[in-house]
Amino acid sequence: MRDGSTTLAGGELLVRLNLPARADRLKLVRRCTESAALMCGLAGHDAKDVLLAVDEACQNVIRHAYGEEGGGEIILELRRTAEALGIYVRDYGPTTDPADVRPRDLDDVRPGGLGTHFIREVMDRVTFLTPPDGRGNLLELIKYLKPEGPTHA
Amino acid sequence: MPDPLSGTASVDDRDGACIVALHGDVDLEKAPSLRKLLLDCVARGKAVLIDMSAVAYIDSSGIASLIEALQTSMSKGTGFGLVSVSDQAMRVLQLARLDKVFAIHPDSDSAMAALQ
Repeated sequence: MRDGSTTLAGGELLVRLNLPARADRLKLVRRCTESAALMCGLAGHDAKDVLLAVDEACQNVIRHAYGEEGGGEIILELRRTAEALGIYVRDYGPTTDPADVRPRDLDDVRPGGLGTHFIREVMDRVTFLTPPDGRGNLLELIKYLKPEGPTHA
Repeated sequence: MPDPLSGTASVDDRDGACIVALHGDVDLEKAPSLRKLLLDCVARGKAVLIDMSAVAYIDSSGIASLIEALQTSMSKGTGFGLVSVSDQAMRVLQLARLDKVFAIHPDSDSAMAALQ
């Protein structure tokens, strides 16, 4: 049994979800993410963009990390600091090489391959972190709460 | 077995075109059924217009269904267009830089006129 008490990152925890990696759970992910974004003061396009990015990140887990076998789980944490909303997407699929996760050339119009582009386009920082126990994948998505980004004293 | 697209898509024929109205969230759960529906409409040889005025949310999987239907219609030489695109859907099309790839019409009358 996995240790569900292990947190994924720092900052104040807003919500933590442990859910089956299934398409019919994505609506729950979006509702929860949008509420958290609004709670952090993000509004309009920014709030919608964050939920798009989180949805796409979870889709990548469903479609690529667990693939056709399915049956895996996603742990989602939303955290905030004074400067940013941080979203942490954890899965237990095969470890992904970040170099293999690249957005496609948008001039090559074809179905598929847009999810990674959306994530990188709307979030301020996208990073694959090393999971606490080294298994699976941990994706960090950062959205700054102010357009100018983090302040530095 | 319940229709997986129930409440998400409705199809109507008007003046020789197939009008597909999308509603609510067009996401990974709905995309496989939407893809089949759109390709079936294109296969009928009629122009296909997608009314997106009531789309609350669309993601990359929904967009992929639209792209595949567009490309299939282009290969068949039939018309394909998007109508009354909601703000959220337009935002996603713009993020994908597809707002210049699809024919996008402000309303169904102008879309029908463009098909003539």
